[in-house]
Amino acid sequence: MLEHYLSIFISSIFIENLALSVFLGMCTFLAISKKIEAAIGLGIAVVVVLAITVPLNNIIYNFLLRDGALSWLGYPDVSLEFVGLISYIGVIAACVQILEMFLDKYVPKLYTALGIFLPLITVNCAILGASLFMVEKNLDFGESVVYGLGGGVGWALAIVLLAGIREKLKYSDIPDGLEGLGITFITVGLMTFGFMSFGGIIL
Amino acid sequence: MSKFKEILLTPIFKDNPIALQILGICSALAVTSKLYPTLIMCVALTVTVSLSNFFISLIRNIIPTNIRIIVQMTIIASLVILVDQFLKAYDYETSKTLSVFVGLIITNCIVMGRAEAFAMQNPPGISFLDGLGNGLGYSLILIVVGTIRELLGSGQLLGIDIFTTTQNGGWYVGNNFFLLAPSSFLIIGLFIWALRSWKTEQVEEKEFLMSKNAPKEVETHHA
Repeated sequence: MLEHYLSIFISSIFIENLALSVFLGMCTFLAISKKIEAAIGLGIAVVVVLAITVPLNNIIYNFLLRDGALSWLGYPDVSLEFVGLISYIGVIAACVQILEMFLDKYVPKLYTALGIFLPLITVNCAILGASLFMVEKNLDFGESVVYGLGGGVGWALAIVLLAGIREKLKYSDIPDGLEGLGITFITVGLMTFGFMSFGGIIL
Repeated sequence: MSKFKEILLTPIFKDNPIALQILGICSALAVTSKLYPTLIMCVALTVTVSLSNFFISLIRNIIPTNIRIIVQMTIIASLVILVDQFLKAYDYETSKTLSVFVGLIITNCIVMGRAEAFAMQNPPGISFLDGLGNGLGYSLILIVVGTIRELLGSGQLLGIDIFTTTQNGGWYVGNNFFLLAPSSFLIIGLFIWALRSWKTEQVEEKEFLMSKNAPKEVETHHA
């Protein structure tokens, strides 16, 4: 059993890395990777939010939305799957808001460290994407906890790696038009190419 | 009239959402290996962003500012659900290919970004045009990337043979690199380079100025 969870964890970090293998959360990934400190802050925030929202959405999907999920209420034929998208994004927005208020009150240090990144996470597609993949892969509750955590760690790892490279890139002499966004795209392209080497691994 | 034309055309080259504003990149990379799903994605996004701009602009004066994000999100999510259900009903195969990326239009920053930056300040008519323009700007890059990838990767466009590949007795050896997702990063990177060489005001300023013959050791001092 433990092995099964471990394999989900490892594969969500390396083989199906949210940023570098399925290209989710790219906007923030490219915009906030200029400095390592900022990248670490954002990475931690993503891990926390993913580890909360994916299991939560899993509960909502399994007990409210999926085909026949409402049978405990006496409606075995009702399927609410079509309101999935709006419920997931609602859960995510609410979670981020509550987390923000909670951190502000009880862990002000972490709150100031995360700063603007926390509210930004609502529109990070890695968060919604992970919930949608959870539904597509049909994970149960335990698996979804591990998947959320692993996906977050993988994303954090990727953004810290990119920030490391970009800190060095500042000092190189790049052609004018390629400066900034252009060279970052090409760097990420090479990184994803590297991550593809994990692709064939079967755990 | 020229004002409308300007609103429609600026986002296409001058202020392109992907190449300049770094918005909505995820889907640009993941769905472009074939031209057909790319086109469907472009239509889906353009419809969503134009309509969401239109509806948000309609109610812009009665949305309370502190909950505006959630109101915008609800409108956008409802539109995306419509698009998603429509696609599932009429083109199930493509909706399978696009998998989660149709749903992810909700968090596509172009939609949120235009709602927040344009539709909240402007009347419905021109907000709709602004959405349309931004949708087209996004489509332009996606179509360029999709065309290059399908043509060089499998020698086809929209499934029709352009270069006959060696598997089918032709002369063209398909370049598998272009079928892999990392190639789209390189194509977009080079596209940005080309665009900025043409419109030089988009070039980003360097963080450091270096003299042409500075010794290479300078790097190690900083590190």
